[in-house]
Amino acid sequence: MPLIELAGVDHTYGLGPSARVVLRGLDLRLGEQRVGVIGANGSGKSTFARLLNGLVLPTEGTVTVDGLDTRADGRAVRRKVGFVFTDPDAQIVMPTVAEDVAFGLRRRGLDRREVDQRVAAALAAYGLADHRDHPAHLLSGGQKQLLALASVLVTEPEVLVLDEPTTLLDLANSRRIADVVDALPQQVVLVTHSLDLLAGFDRVLVFDDGAVIFDGVPGDAIAHYRKLVT
Amino acid sequence: MSGLGTYSPGDSLLHRLPAGAKLLLLVAAALATHWLDRPWRVAVALLLTGVLYAAARIPPALLVAQVRPLWWLAVVLGAFQWWANGWRTAADVVGVLALLVLLAALVTLTTRTTAMVDTVVRLCRPLRHVGVEPERIGLLLALGIRSVPVMIGLARQVREAQLARGLGTSPTAFAVPLVVRSLRHADALGEALAARGVDD
Ligand SMILES: Nc1ncnc2c1ncn2[C@@H]1O[C@H](COP(=O)(O)OP(=O)(O)OP(=O)(O)O)[C@@H](O)[C@H]1O
Ligand SMILES: [Mg+2]
Repeated sequence: MPLIELAGVDHTYGLGPSARVVLRGLDLRLGEQRVGVIGANGSGKSTFARLLNGLVLPTEGTVTVDGLDTRADGRAVRRKVGFVFTDPDAQIVMPTVAEDVAFGLRRRGLDRREVDQRVAAALAAYGLADHRDHPAHLLSGGQKQLLALASVLVTEPEVLVLDEPTTLLDLANSRRIADVVDALPQQVVLVTHSLDLLAGFDRVLVFDDGAVIFDGVPGDAIAHYRKLVT
Repeated sequence: MSGLGTYSPGDSLLHRLPAGAKLLLLVAAALATHWLDRPWRVAVALLLTGVLYAAARIPPALLVAQVRPLWWLAVVLGAFQWWANGWRTAADVVGVLALLVLLAALVTLTTRTTAMVDTVVRLCRPLRHVGVEPERIGLLLALGIRSVPVMIGLARQVREAQLARGLGTSPTAFAVPLVVRSLRHADALGEALAARGVDD
């Protein structure tokens, strides 16, 4: 497993009087295969997730993935760390299904046949083979999220960060995404409000007001989170 | 949403023709409409276009869907031309308009966006010398095509929310949230592009 390290990380949005500290004092070493992140709205989970692939650079401290600094080697980090967003509509950038999957493979020096093969394999793996040439906007919400997932996984990242990937989905489609994620050999960092997705995880971080207030196995973490609310 | 302006999979000759060739033919056809100055010539050209659609195995319903959005424009334009220049000119103008839209739509229906984008990128390559990045233009084109259904979806959501809250048809109650949502979408899209390595 890759090792994700955060050292002395603080993050502030905005400048001057409107500045807001949204993450504080994060010192973490994440080497487990399954890491969950839970916490209240606005507690900093999404900001934390975006730190891991350099979409957000910490105002203080460093974030490294296998020794690669997100500030200095952003590009190399993003090749290693795939990201799935909550809203697949924002993540799908090409008009048709297969084209979107192929999009992540451009500029990788692959020839056309190889790209086609990889795309076909990814579509088959996520049950989208029949939708190859369909416009992405005609897919259901669940299928769109599967497409977003397929488009990221086809690039073979070593780590997959997911920010509430099932929040917009119904029960069946959430289950489907969860099953796909469960089966991945990669390291996974999953931000979620659906606590049942965390069963079987190695480690769960509980965020509150920008800090990690609990770090442990899912059962204890969820109990701690529940206590926080009541 | 009809199949308006989206790729319709197939393996006809038209599907297999390179995107560049199709675009070139489209330009040639547009220039050639100059000679379509009699209604019977326009009729023949429309008939030929119909044959091309059949050759590409595009279902007739999809053909109709391409010109349907033009309906009102055609009526207004036709009526005006009839009044100003007589029925021949009216038939010419409306016919040529429909012809051009149908031909352009035929190119989009038979060409994958990727192929179209690649061609545009190739055509723009000389612009590199004046500081234009052809890859960017290609990406812009693809994003533009992808954004049409997304924007229609956003507009529908805003409209439904407006009706649900009993705000009637107030234009501000429609425009403000639509702009806000579009900006939020643009933000999210920019982030997703960065995550997928576009800026690297
Ligand atoms: N781009 C930004 N500019 C300024 N403030 C921001 C920005 N993004 C997030 N924030 C603020 O940072 C704080 C943490 O936001 P974040 O999105 O990380 O929370 P979250 O835990 O993911 O919440 P949720 O569960 O609602 O998704 C919030 O108070 C939010 O308003
Ligand atoms: Mg969030």
